[in-house]
Amino acid sequence: MPNVLVIAELLDGKVRKSTHSAITFARQAGGTFSILVMGQGAKAAAAEVTGFGAQKVLVCDDAYLAHPIAERFAPTIAEVAKSGNFDVVAVTASSFGKDIAPRVAAKLGAGYAPDISGVKVDGGKLVYRRPVFAGNAYGTCSLNTPVQVVSARQSEFAAAEPSGGASPIEDVALAAKDPAAENVEFLGIEAAKSERPDLGEARVIVSGGRALKEKFSEVLDPLANLLGAAVGASRAACDAGYAPAELQVGQTGRVVAPQLYFAIGISGAIQHLAGMKGSKTIVAINKDPDAPIFQVADYGLVADLFVAVPELVNELKKATA
Amino acid sequence: MKILVPLKRVADPDNANKVKVNAGKLETTGLEWKPNPFDEYAVETALRLTENGANPKARLGEVVVVTFGPKEAETTLRGALATGADRAIRVDATDEQLDGDIVARALKALVEKEKPDLVLLGKQAVDGDSNQVGQLLAEYLGWPQATFAGSIKSEDDKALVVGREVDGGTIKLRVKLPAVVSVDLRIVAPTSVQSKHSPDHKYPEGVRFAALMAIMAAKKKPLAEMKLSDLVSDTALKITYHGFELPPARKAGIKVKNVQELVERLKNEAKVL
Ligand SMILES: Cc1cc2nc3c(=O)[nH]c(=O)nc-3n(C[C@H](O)[C@H](O)[C@H](O)COP(=O)(O)OP(=O)(O)OC[C@H]3O[C@@H](n4cnc5c(N)ncnc54)[C@H](O)[C@@H]3O)c2cc1C
Ligand SMILES: Nc1ncnc2c1ncn2[C@@H]1O[C@H](COP(=O)(O)O)[C@@H](O)[C@H]1O
Repeated sequence: MPNVLVIAELLDGKVRKSTHSAITFARQAGGTFSILVMGQGAKAAAAEVTGFGAQKVLVCDDAYLAHPIAERFAPTIAEVAKSGNFDVVAVTASSFGKDIAPRVAAKLGAGYAPDISGVKVDGGKLVYRRPVFAGNAYGTCSLNTPVQVVSARQSEFAAAEPSGGASPIEDVALAAKDPAAENVEFLGIEAAKSERPDLGEARVIVSGGRALKEKFSEVLDPLANLLGAAVGASRAACDAGYAPAELQVGQTGRVVAPQLYFAIGISGAIQHLAGMKGSKTIVAINKDPDAPIFQVADYGLVADLFVAVPELVNELKKATA
Repeated sequence: MKILVPLKRVADPDNANKVKVNAGKLETTGLEWKPNPFDEYAVETALRLTENGANPKARLGEVVVVTFGPKEAETTLRGALATGADRAIRVDATDEQLDGDIVARALKALVEKEKPDLVLLGKQAVDGDSNQVGQLLAEYLGWPQATFAGSIKSEDDKALVVGREVDGGTIKLRVKLPAVVSVDLRIVAPTSVQSKHSPDHKYPEGVRFAALMAIMAAKKKPLAEMKLSDLVSDTALKITYHGFELPPARKAGIKVKNVQELVERLKNEAKVL
C-alpha cells in the first residue's frame, strides 16, 4: 500500500482549496498519506489540514518560501519524500503543481504522471488514467520507477471533506538550497482581485466567447453576480482582450467541472470543450444552431446573446425571488 | 544570443477528424501532422529575440531547432527553417522510444554540446498534454525555469523578465541566462516579446508565415541527424501506457424554445438553480 506525500498549496497564508483534490487522490490510492505544507506562514495554515486523516502534517515555514518558485520548493519536497520513505508525491495539477512536480520528479529519479483523472490499485501497483489529445481519449498508464510523482486534476478529484481526527504537526527543515534558485528573482504577482469564487471551485461558471466583444463584463457580470458564479472565457475572448488571460477555460487554460456551466457566444472548439466537458449541466447560448457547443450542451438556446442574457437575468430573478 | 528550440510534430485532432481507438490502441491515421502550436510560438519567440523587428532579414543571433522523431518529422524542421530558424537537428527516434523524461535527458546532453544561452519550448505538446519536458530539462541542467511565459523582456541578453501565466494572475520573474523558458499562448501577441535589438517593435498578432522563396532557401539550410544513443545511454522509459479508450459521450441534450423554458428546466429538471 502506497505512502503518499501530498503537497499543499498556499495562497495568502491559507491552504488553497485545490489541495483537497490531491488529498482525495491520496485517499483513493488506498494507503497512508501525509501532507507537506510549505511557505511563509505555513505553520498557521497547517492547522487547516489536520482533520483529513493524514498520518502527519509536515510543516516547513520559512521566508525563503514566500513566493511560489519551483527552484526553492523542489529541494525540500524531494528531501522530505526521501527521508520519509514516501512512494508517491502528489500535487494538484494547478499552475503551481505543474511547475513544480517535474522538477521534484527529476530530483528523485521518479517517473511523473501528469494531470491524472483517476487512480486504481491493480495487483499492488498504481494504475493511472489520464486524458490525452485534449480529452479526446484517455490513456491507462503506470510508472516504472519505485518512487512516483503525480499531478491530480482538480476537476476529476472532488475536494476531500474532513474525516475527523487530529494529525500531529511536525516541523521539517528547509533542505540545502538549489544553486539554480539564485538565478531566479521574484518580481511580483499581478492578480485580478475579485470577489468571485475561483474557477476551480465554483459551483456555477458563466463563460463568454468572442461574440461578447467589448461588452463582455457588461453582459455577463449581472448573470454571474446573480448566481454567485465564477466568470470564464474562451481563448478567443482572452486573446482579443475582452477578458483577462487567467479566465481562459480549456485544454490550455483552466479545466473545470462545475454543477452548472454557461457557454455564451462560444462556438465549442475541441480545445474549449476539453476544459469544461466534465461539467454536470451545460447550457449553451449561441445564435448559430449548428455551433459544435450544442453537441455537448444539455440545454441549448439558439438566440442572440445580447437579447437572451438580459432576459435570462430577469427570468432568474423572478424564479429565485 | 543562441537559442535552442525543441519542436515536436503532433497529430492534429480537429473537429472533423477525431482520434480513434482500436483494440485499446490510439489510431492517428487520417489525422494530419502539424507542428505543436506551442512550439511554433516558441520558434516565433526565438526569432523575435534574435532580430531587429524592423529588419528581420538580418539575423542577430542563432536559433537552432531540434526534434526527436522519424525521418518524416523533418518536414516540421524545414517549416521552422523556412520561417527563419538557422539550423536544425533531428534525433532519430520513434514515438514508442520516447517519453518526456528521455526527451529531457537527451536534450540535456544536446545542450551540453550546443551550449545555447536559452532553451525555449512549448509549455505542452498537445498530443500527450503532459507539460513536463521544460521543467525536467531545467532540473537536469541545474538551470532556472520560467514556465507558461506570456511575455518576455530581454535585459541585454543576460537575463529575461518573464510574465508567467498562472491560475489567478501573472507572476513576474527575472531569470538569469542560461535558462529554460516554456511559452504560453499569449507570447505571440504584438508586444509580448521585447528583444535586446528592438524592444519597442510591434509585431502582427501570431506567428509569421514563410514566403515561397524562404521555403526554397530552407531546403539548403543545415539539417543534422543524430541517434538517440548519441545522447543518452539509458533508454528505459519511465512511463508505460497499457491502453487507451474514448471518453464516454455526453448524453445528447435538447434545444429549448426560449429563456422561460430554460429557467424552468434548470430549476425543475436539472435542479441546479
Ligand atoms: C494550441 C491551442 C490551444 C487552445 N486552447 C484553447 C483553450 O484552452 N480554450 C479555448 O477556449 N480555446 C482554445 N483554443 C482556441 C480554439 O481553437 C478556438 O479558437 C476558440 O475556443 C474559439 O473561441 P470562441 O468560441 O469564443 O470564438 P468563435 O469560434 O469565433 O465563436 C464565437 C461564437 O459566437 C457565436 N455568436 C456570435 N455572435 C453572437 C450573438 N450575438 N449571440 C449569440 N452567439 C453569437 C457564433 O455563432 C460563434 O459560435 C486553442 C487553440 C490552439 C491552437
Ligand atoms: N519528441 C519531441 N521532439 C522535440 N521536442 C519535444 C518532443 N517532445 C516534447 N518536446 C518539447 O517539450 C515541450 C513540452 O512537451 P510535453 O512535456 O511533452 O508536453 C514541447 O512543447 C516541445 O517543445
